[in-house]
Amino acid sequence: MASPAVRFQRPDVLAWTLVIPAMIIFALFVLYPLTRTVWLSLWEWDGLTPATWAGLGNYPNVLTDPKMHSAFAHSLVFLFFYTVIPITIGITITAVIMRTNPRGQMTFRAILFLPQILSTVVIAVAWRWIYAPDGPINSLLSAIGFDQLTRAWLGDFDTALPSLGIIGTWIVYGFCMILFIAGAQKIPRELFEAARIDGAGALAEIRHVLLPGLRREMTVVLIFTITLGLRNFDIVWNTTQGGPGTTTTVPSLYIYQETFLYRNVGVGATISVLLTIIILATTGITMAVRNRRGAS
Amino acid sequence: MTHYVSGKAAAYGFLILGSLIALYPVTSVLLLSFKAPDEKLSGFSLPRGIHWDNYLQAWTRGGFLQALTASVIVAACVVTVTVILAVSAAYGLSQLRRPIVLAILGILLIGLVMPYEATIISLYDMMRSLGLLNSLTALILPQIAMSLPFGIFWMTAFFATVPPALREAAYTDGATRLQTLRFILIPLAFPAIATLGILLFLFTWNEFLLPLVLVPDNKSAQTVPLVLSFFSGNRRNSEPPVTAAAAVLVALPILVMYVVLQRRMIQGIVSGATKE
Repeated sequence: MASPAVRFQRPDVLAWTLVIPAMIIFALFVLYPLTRTVWLSLWEWDGLTPATWAGLGNYPNVLTDPKMHSAFAHSLVFLFFYTVIPITIGITITAVIMRTNPRGQMTFRAILFLPQILSTVVIAVAWRWIYAPDGPINSLLSAIGFDQLTRAWLGDFDTALPSLGIIGTWIVYGFCMILFIAGAQKIPRELFEAARIDGAGALAEIRHVLLPGLRREMTVVLIFTITLGLRNFDIVWNTTQGGPGTTTTVPSLYIYQETFLYRNVGVGATISVLLTIIILATTGITMAVRNRRGAS
Repeated sequence: MTHYVSGKAAAYGFLILGSLIALYPVTSVLLLSFKAPDEKLSGFSLPRGIHWDNYLQAWTRGGFLQALTASVIVAACVVTVTVILAVSAAYGLSQLRRPIVLAILGILLIGLVMPYEATIISLYDMMRSLGLLNSLTALILPQIAMSLPFGIFWMTAFFATVPPALREAAYTDGATRLQTLRFILIPLAFPAIATLGILLFLFTWNEFLLPLVLVPDNKSAQTVPLVLSFFSGNRRNSEPPVTAAAAVLVALPILVMYVVLQRRMIQGIVSGATKE
């Protein structure tokens, strides 16, 4: 512990030599493009001819655009499917499992984790088939006599958005379960037993034992699922591309379309900045809430 | 006792139901990929026999050999360079003073939570002016940079678990700091480094937005997810069994890897996620 005082006088050349290459790459391909996106959002530019200074002008245009409003509204719907539903499922199943602790959990874990390792494009292909007019869902509905309910699920104005949402739930629910079960097994069993001796029902047990014990896991799950739900480019792009009409558009889709298809680079960059701010802010808030609760 | 038994049944019931739901889309595509073209398609019937022709069709028409080559090159470069840079940087950080370390980790945290959507437009612009658009380099460099925060946090967490006495012992035996890293710490860290490599491989292999934007016009630089996306988009409503076969081909390498390494992969993601 005497060494830090000695090192204080001269910079530790070896340590810095080890740190700097990584930081240069990070600065060149993450920090620089990040600041440049902010800079590009201040211009009107088609990507080829000289750009025109727009100042903050792109921001009110994007923020008052009705199609952006609906894109952000769709993101809120996706958040419900990516966050609220999987977390509810995960907590409920964890509570049931913690009452009994069944064996063979490694096998279940391996299967539940499967959606995490698959490419989003593979997932999109699989679900396009499931929702197809002659796919499994419609076959099942016909088989049990609900022919009138069959439809092209991803092509229908009423069902496209929730159908995509369900894909999101499918992607993350296993991850939530695995994290929650792993976390719950670290909670001292006496706490569960004490709650039961006190006559706590299942709900009280979740509220007073499980949720406080899973604070760390909950933070991770929230950051992960919120980010995924707010981005959601891959699944939308490989299934509906925002359609039918504009019923499944999301901000990241417009980033791509405005920039690379319509050549409104400034507008695309502006949406990028807004989406990034929203993601960084929700992540920051989630962490801050965790830290404050953790302290009290 | 009966209460306990019924609780246990409920727990198994949920686990089995959850697993079936997780498995269904995958098995459904697998079954679809074996159907003959003249077979009537429905969601629950088994195919008459195994119709390998769909795979042949997908393989030859989709150009997946080229895509797999590109994917392997990109993933191998990203994993190797990221691991080397992350191990060095984390070791360097473990020697620096705490305020500096916290400042650097704070900057890296931006990269950990920031989505690619934040940089993709500028990356396109950058790669175009560097003449790197449509090259493998355009995919490799940004993915190394985006993987570094995760790698450095991961290795920093590992180095924090190594007792300082171990290093002190190496120093008193006359080892330099680089020798200590090379001969003491890296062998000790091998399981952590292997897990990190596997996770980075998985993330890189599955990346979609980056190749979509950065290698639009060069077939030989397009990675598997992008090629599958193009392939399935072109024949969206024509031949579902061939598209399904293509999806299985794309998923197969990762699935095989998962079967072999699943314990390490799950453990890695679960601990990596909660360690922060």
